[in-house]
Amino acid sequence: MSVPVTLLGLLERQPSHGYELKREYDAYFGRGKPLPFGQVYATLSRLVRDNKVEPGEVEPGDGPDRKRYAITEAGRAEVEAWLDEPVDSEPYLQTVLFAKVVLSIMLGRPATRYLDAQRAAHLQRMRELGELRRKGSVVDALLADHAMFHLEADIRWMDLTEARLSSLADVVNQ
Amino acid sequence: MRAADLGATVALPTNVIEACDVVRSFGETPALRGASLAVARGEIVAIMGPSGSGKSTLLHCLAGIYRPDSGEIWFDGKRIDGWDEDSRTRLRRSAFGFVFQFGQLVPELSAADNVALPLLLNQVKRKDAYVRAFSWLARLGLEGLEGRRSGELSGGQAQRVAIARALVTRPKVVFADEPTGSLDSLTGEQVMDLLVDSARAEGTTVVLVTHDARVAAYADREAMVRDGVVVTHQKVWAGA
Repeated sequence: MSVPVTLLGLLERQPSHGYELKREYDAYFGRGKPLPFGQVYATLSRLVRDNKVEPGEVEPGDGPDRKRYAITEAGRAEVEAWLDEPVDSEPYLQTVLFAKVVLSIMLGRPATRYLDAQRAAHLQRMRELGELRRKGSVVDALLADHAMFHLEADIRWMDLTEARLSSLADVVNQ
Repeated sequence: MRAADLGATVALPTNVIEACDVVRSFGETPALRGASLAVARGEIVAIMGPSGSGKSTLLHCLAGIYRPDSGEIWFDGKRIDGWDEDSRTRLRRSAFGFVFQFGQLVPELSAADNVALPLLLNQVKRKDAYVRAFSWLARLGLEGLEGRRSGELSGGQAQRVAIARALVTRPKVVFADEPTGSLDSLTGEQVMDLLVDSARAEGTTVVLVTHDARVAAYADREAMVRDGVVVTHQKVWAGA
């Protein structure tokens, strides 16, 4: 999953310190794999360099960095483009799919629109794999089946997530 | 507004069946709230959506089984939603084929009888009807099973009989509602292969309702139904 764009998404919700960003990232996206502080600040530095984030004045207080970072228009555009573009339909996408749904809700964007686009992209890939299965060798068919079952699992997850969007929104926006 | 009414300057495929702004309720419960869907000749379209979204109701309205409360259903250039029950029954017998989840074969009849039945109802001579029924059963790999009743067939075999029965009249449209819903993965795949290959060979349009992504992937495109309307998926990302 893309850490920079996820941090940008969290910053679009509201300006934030590095520490708060890490805490939010770990709560929603870092299950079992917290984001190291070093990676948070290195990523923020690159985002500042690329004009996607701007740092505020240093605020008094404890801790290594008390700057409050805010997203720029270029950063918003990157988040928008990332959310709108379905990811390539490959197996093992659950962390990216999950991140897009959660960030869509956080940012008040229609998660169903993203889910529809991703479902359509998955089905298109499944059509291609179906052709391979029908026209290829048994080995091709088995490999295609493997990929299709994973894509099918993603789609079932999307269907279930769509049914649970209001519950998820209650948790994410509380 | 029908897709064909958009104007001659727009290149559109020839639609064989179309629902325009269809509303249908069951008592106080709305099932369709303005659903529109146009299906081109020879196209295979999967109607998908959550349980209770109205996808089966849309299929039944397109097939002339339900009459919409409002809106229009067009088939082959003719508006059919106002037709009386007898006219719609004749249309279904002559122009449509049906495959449902559990086959819905007549249990007292043999496989051959079931396949010949729609031909006999269409006044085809008995001998011709059975020749065509045997031919379709053989085409679907059921040679030797013509005399078996549905209770003596496996689920996959019964669905293949149902496909033969749906296609034997050379319909313009086959409507399939969860055609593999009662089958295991491999048998379901074989049934879909046969349904799609046969329909494509005959140039038959297929409208199928499914919640199964693997089944939907057989279609040329999918139409999502949500809360009684068809949600047209449009690419929203840059460069689309």
